[in-house]
Amino acid sequence: MSNQAATLELHALSCERDGRLLFDKLEQRIDSGTALRVHGANGSGKTTLLKIVAGLRSEFEGSVLWRGQRTSAFGQRFRSELFFLGHCVGIKAALTPRENLQWWLSLQSSGSQASAIADGHSVEQALIQFGLGGMLDTPCTRLSAGQQRRAALARLCLARQALWVLDEPATAVDAEGIGLLERLCEAHLQRGGLLLLTTHQQLQINGLREIELSVPTADLRR
Amino acid sequence: MNAPVKARGPLLAILQRDLRVYSRGRSAWLNPLLFALLGITLFTLGLGPDRERVAADAAAVIWVVVLLGMMMSLDGLFKEDYVDGSLEQLLLMAGPVYFAVFGKVFAHWLVSAVPLVLASPLFALMLGVPLEHIPLLAFSLLIGSGILSFLGAVGAAVTVSLQSSGLLIALLILPLYVPVIIYGASLLQAAVEGWPYLAPLLMLCGLLSAVIVLAPLAIGVALKISLDS
Repeated sequence: MSNQAATLELHALSCERDGRLLFDKLEQRIDSGTALRVHGANGSGKTTLLKIVAGLRSEFEGSVLWRGQRTSAFGQRFRSELFFLGHCVGIKAALTPRENLQWWLSLQSSGSQASAIADGHSVEQALIQFGLGGMLDTPCTRLSAGQQRRAALARLCLARQALWVLDEPATAVDAEGIGLLERLCEAHLQRGGLLLLTTHQQLQINGLREIELSVPTADLRR
Repeated sequence: MNAPVKARGPLLAILQRDLRVYSRGRSAWLNPLLFALLGITLFTLGLGPDRERVAADAAAVIWVVVLLGMMMSLDGLFKEDYVDGSLEQLLLMAGPVYFAVFGKVFAHWLVSAVPLVLASPLFALMLGVPLEHIPLLAFSLLIGSGILSFLGAVGAAVTVSLQSSGLLIALLILPLYVPVIIYGASLLQAAVEGWPYLAPLLMLCGLLSAVIVLAPLAIGVALKISLDS
């Protein structure tokens, strides 16, 4: 794909929102096979940081480098190597977990670095692994919040992108689900993947580093 | 149930999913249809028994009612995907956003506009349009509704992050609909009067080609800006 090794670098990353400096000159580097957990109180800018990395927010200073190049210059090639799971996970309530996962999978198949060439069987396996075996064809409106989350997390079983960016993946998920999440993340790191995530819970993942963001207090406009 | 997942392009994936979502609720296709039916009924009652005068204005009435009916469902075109997070997934997928957006608008057109086009012969009969001109009316509506869908989707994309965007979409988009109404309505009037109508028809086709090429680009940019806030 690229001769540069898979690394994600944040250089002098600063972001200001509503007159508050969320983070200032942030320097971080994530190498292949390592993970970074961002934690901090509500409103400290964790989601904003993850959205900047994913390229969903453009108002920031500094640079995000993927394989040594700015992510904006990488464009579609960066997106094909990125797995992003946001606060809103993109589960359609009218569709079943199976249809939701198949839809997500068919979006991936257009990428140059095609993720798993999976068939209906592996979609089923992923959902069964997340304990949704009995609800494969139940519309997601009838699932609980935790089960809807699990339907979204089942994508992790099929995601073969190098960089995973997960925003609060463990929200509404029970202890068993969190254990599954930890195992999938470790398997991802062992394959040489990179992981950037935010959680309020402590996750047991080998090679996990942590940084803390603090809630900004000073209003720059005053 | 065990259909294998083929390596489909995003266009087909989104088209299929959206049609599936629409098929699980009636409001997407039924609301515009009922709205248009009621609108035409009110016009026939209001315009009175002078059949000939009504027939002369029928084209304009049908076009405006179809246009307003399609506006009704525009609000939800990107809103649901924005709220549940699938819009993020869509913009972050590896392929070009153009085809994904095209798939969404096309699915919306199939569901909200095609029923109106299919019902247009009924509207035409209610307003007393001569039978021989009904195929032309339906065909021009088919072309015109495509233009309205793609233009309207630009408005829906610009306003997707706003709380209540319905009226704002109308204010943004209605001025852009002016040429479509002019060509569409004059087309049928010309045919009824026995004048040549090829020019306005070709004009509509040209407009449709232009919006198919350009609108998805504008929509993609507008969606990115809407998410970036």
